[in-house]
Amino acid sequence: MKKRKFGLALSMVLAAGTILGACGSDDSEDTSTDSNAGGTEEESDFTVSMVTDTGGIDDKSFNQSAWEGMQAFGEENGLEEGVDGFKYFQSNNDADYVTNINTAARNDFDLVFGIGFLLTEAIEQVAAQQTDTNFAIVDSVAEGDNVASITFKEHEGSFLVGVAAGLTTESDKIGFVGGVESDLINKFAAGFKAGVEAVNPDAEIDIQFAGDFNNASRGQQMAAAMYGSGADVIYHAAGGTGNGVFTEAKNLKQQDPDRQVWVIGVDRDQAAEGALEADGEELNVTLTSMVKRVDIAVQDVSKQAMDGEFPGGEVIEYGIEEDGISIAETQDNLSQEILDEIESYQQQILDGEIEVPSTLE
Amino acid sequence: MFNRAQTILIPVISVALGLLIGAVVMIVSGYNPIDGYGALLKGSLGETFYIGETIRQITPYIFAGLAVAFAFRTGLFNIGVEGQLLVGWIASVWVGLAFDLPKIIHLPMAIAAGAIAGALWAFIPGILKARLRVHEVIVTIMMNYIALHLVNYLVRYVISDEQNTTDRVPESASLKSPFFEALTEFSTMHYGIFIALAGAIIYFIILEKTSTGFELRSVGFNQNASEYAGMNVNRNIVLSMVISGAFAGLGGAMEGLGTFGYGFIHGAFSGVGFDGIAVALLGGNVAIGVVLAAALFGILKQGALIMPLESGVPTELVEIVIAIIIFFVASSYIIAYLLQRFKKGAQ
Repeated sequence: MKKRKFGLALSMVLAAGTILGACGSDDSEDTSTDSNAGGTEEESDFTVSMVTDTGGIDDKSFNQSAWEGMQAFGEENGLEEGVDGFKYFQSNNDADYVTNINTAARNDFDLVFGIGFLLTEAIEQVAAQQTDTNFAIVDSVAEGDNVASITFKEHEGSFLVGVAAGLTTESDKIGFVGGVESDLINKFAAGFKAGVEAVNPDAEIDIQFAGDFNNASRGQQMAAAMYGSGADVIYHAAGGTGNGVFTEAKNLKQQDPDRQVWVIGVDRDQAAEGALEADGEELNVTLTSMVKRVDIAVQDVSKQAMDGEFPGGEVIEYGIEEDGISIAETQDNLSQEILDEIESYQQQILDGEIEVPSTLE
Repeated sequence: MFNRAQTILIPVISVALGLLIGAVVMIVSGYNPIDGYGALLKGSLGETFYIGETIRQITPYIFAGLAVAFAFRTGLFNIGVEGQLLVGWIASVWVGLAFDLPKIIHLPMAIAAGAIAGALWAFIPGILKARLRVHEVIVTIMMNYIALHLVNYLVRYVISDEQNTTDRVPESASLKSPFFEALTEFSTMHYGIFIALAGAIIYFIILEKTSTGFELRSVGFNQNASEYAGMNVNRNIVLSMVISGAFAGLGGAMEGLGTFGYGFIHGAFSGVGFDGIAVALLGGNVAIGVVLAAALFGILKQGALIMPLESGVPTELVEIVIAIIIFFVASSYIIAYLLQRFKKGAQ
């Protein structure tokens, strides 16, 4: 009896679903078809905004970098922060992407950036609806005539820091902490591995993924396990999770300042993250960083859009050649020999003598 | 125990106090609270687009709130709504992608798959609690992580070919509503809200109008007395978790088939399941209360996105307001005490 009633209840849910579902397909799409994609108005009216992923503009990583780029662009062109100039929209969870992108378009921003590959689907969806607005997606490729896709050759930069890691390691054990296993993060891992193998074929590389871009304690655990098993250099491509790698490295260095512990930072020059003081001595565990100039890309594409040359439908790749990828300016922990070696590999990549793989085999 | 008027007054006073203290925080940090709340209202209910987004936001909150509330009425604390929601999400998308059926069969089947997956995910802590007395809070928390990583694995290696997202579910399994989208200027509003409201009615019927519901509530009040009265406590614990999980799984199906229309690799928890705990608490674990609390949360969360644009107030303020509301609801005895004092003083 009880079971039957429960069954009845369940079937009611289903029945409700069916009835509602049936009325789902009786409406035509009436997308506004003014078809003015790619065109922009006068320069002075130009407005630009960006939608962050859940990291926010203070993630010490690419959201922050993108916002810095946008601020620089605004300053250069006399724009003010706000609806009439430039503005960011913070996403608090995945469901906010579409809402935020749509809100930006509805507030008449001429160009809307989606920061991070997580926003790809959302950008595609809104771009198909809001055909008067131009969109750009960073770190991914999205379809649409009014969408510019900005990608980086992270594998090239990762190759260079891989060279640094391969030459620095003493234990021949190197770690890689990735955020979420995905095409993007695999690019970092593949380039890094190739770089290490080019200069140090004996080195073992332990590639692991945290499954999360925003979990510093998980990053710290993974780093503790890697350092514990003898690794002395860890490259992280894990956003906020990577902050835990720094924490663990600094703890170890604090306990034993003579121990060889290095972290390679990502996206921005993360030298500041690795600074610590032990026995009254200023130390830094950041070996170098793989810098990805999201800011330059944002400024670049904004400028093109303002000049009416928005690269809609195109995929723009920023690599070493375009100044979109480089190793960090802070080079205190790299010896001159290593820097020379990096320089020579960089030249070989530029000359096309080395083809850096972008996928793990 | 509080009387009837108090059970309604306490959440209302808590919300009022939450908003009031939120206003004080805004003044202290140099913002205008009228502008701030004005922007919040505009951003949630001010335009049809925002209304659509708010309703979409409310939908999973109703289910998450119902899931937590249902277990709570049986004396169980289901912290695993987040995980049950995730497995429900991916199961519904999977069924949506795997079959090619007419909509009248396909959509209910995909939604049911979400409910069943959520129910199964909650069955494990339920049976562990019933048989071995393992505390459900610990197990459900752990199961959240298992769900997160399992779902990510399924998305990447089983359902898609090493992609970050699955394909979009076909129209025959989609809750998306071109009608509402056109009505609300391309918001992501979908038919799920009706299913959520139906879910609230079913919640009410199961708990209040059936003997099963009576047993479940009775176990929640006093396990020993229920057992003495001849009820099977263990069976009711498992049943309660399963139904709770089914509600959570339905919430996931709404996201999978409606809001998004696909599954993707989650970089972190969606947070909806955890907010469900607050929704249930504020809603007093009754159906109508959960719906109203979910509506409030939907309005606050949706409005928060527009606040920085319209008034410069950061979105985090809404988190503060919500936290204060929950604080006052949780410490409801203080308010009840004050109400009593107030009454006595008046006499």
